[in-house]
Amino acid sequence: MKFYWLFRKDLQSELRTRYAINALGMFIVVTISVILFSIGQEKITQNLSGGLFWVVVFFSAMSGLSRAFVSEEERGTVLTLQLMSDPNTVLGGKLLFNIVLVFSMNIFIALLYSALFDVFVIKNLPMFLLAFVLGNLGIGISSTLIAAIIAKANTKGTLYPVLSFPILLPLFLTLIEITKKAMEGVPFDEGFIEIATLVSYDVVMVAAGFMLFDLVWKE
Amino acid sequence: MKKDLIWKAAIYLIMSMVIVAGIAFPIVEKPSAWYEFPLIMGLGENAKIIFFHVPSSWLTVIAYLMAMVYGVKYLRKKNLEDDMKSYAAIQLGSIFCILATVTGSVWAKFAWGSFWHWDPRETSIFALLLIYGALFALRSAIENDEKRATLSAVYSIIAFITVPFFIFIMPRIMTGLHPGSADDSNAGPVVNFKMNANMQVVFYVSLAVFTMLYFWMWKLGSSALILNEKVKKLKYRS
Repeated sequence: MKFYWLFRKDLQSELRTRYAINALGMFIVVTISVILFSIGQEKITQNLSGGLFWVVVFFSAMSGLSRAFVSEEERGTVLTLQLMSDPNTVLGGKLLFNIVLVFSMNIFIALLYSALFDVFVIKNLPMFLLAFVLGNLGIGISSTLIAAIIAKANTKGTLYPVLSFPILLPLFLTLIEITKKAMEGVPFDEGFIEIATLVSYDVVMVAAGFMLFDLVWKE
Repeated sequence: MKKDLIWKAAIYLIMSMVIVAGIAFPIVEKPSAWYEFPLIMGLGENAKIIFFHVPSSWLTVIAYLMAMVYGVKYLRKKNLEDDMKSYAAIQLGSIFCILATVTGSVWAKFAWGSFWHWDPRETSIFALLLIYGALFALRSAIENDEKRATLSAVYSIIAFITVPFFIFIMPRIMTGLHPGSADDSNAGPVVNFKMNANMQVVFYVSLAVFTMLYFWMWKLGSSALILNEKVKKLKYRS
């Protein structure tokens, strides 16, 4: 349960400064309004609105999720953390924090997005929700891993999306595909391959993360 | 030294044979002579680019695999020479990746009508190109040698995990144009060849000779990087 206390510490310091929450919230509003301006009076198709939803999610995730490790590096608290706990605890705590952040961010995006886009109607809601949960877990895991790598490099901000995109690409392609299917309202059986892909992606990434993290962390 | 020369001569000879055979042998409807290739429906003369396109995409993957294997080796033994070998593989792999993308895109223009389709295999070569680019960006952002070696090795392993998704899962989910896609009657990711015997011989010889060329280039590249590092160390010492 030690990782829970690390999570509590992160949550508390986040609630004090509200750095990530404010930045993320504003970023989401800005991204959605840019999309709305660029569409203007045109009618967009249903498929396009499903894809654009994940575009907003991707860019919002890239703007705020690297904080988990970068903030430790900037404050110079890495050595203390290394002394006080083992790598798995650190990864567990940071992972939990990032997953909570991704979930709150994406729920906010989903609510705002469905309020602003009339064509964004999901017919098979359970399937979409399942994919949404699995996708958020995947985004949380991959972004935490890349954030750990990024924190050791010199140009942190620009490198983050560059390194994350190829890793997140299979996840996002699958999510876009299943969102399309959920919007058409196909039965659950037809989306089974996508759900299975999402589950395997999450499992594989968690396993790889816990195996590789102490190499990065000790560096 | 002498052994090297034999290898170089062999690569030179076989490579020129492959180029001549691949470009000059005629494609006819009913091949009878030993040098004639069969006509494949919908491809015609375009089919000849297969001798250069498939080996370069194959080497893209091989180079990446080697980069990752040497990365793992580095993480185990912490020997910087392994990192240099991995880096040499990344450099070569990115060249072959660009070649595979360009030849594939040219072929796509003439076989399917436009340069890019977002067919699953095109998506995966694009993702590999991005991974190579990300590795270069990561390596240039870290100054410390050991740190750079560790982080690039870890990143190449994480990126390698996504490869099965591109190769085995994406083509099943999305419809595509390459052989082995979801709507294709061929089974599996391995292409069922519609080639006759002599075309297959040229194809496999081309694959082999490109692989030999790659290993030769990789050996040169990695030893150059290692020597460069040694010279740097000697300079600092004096």
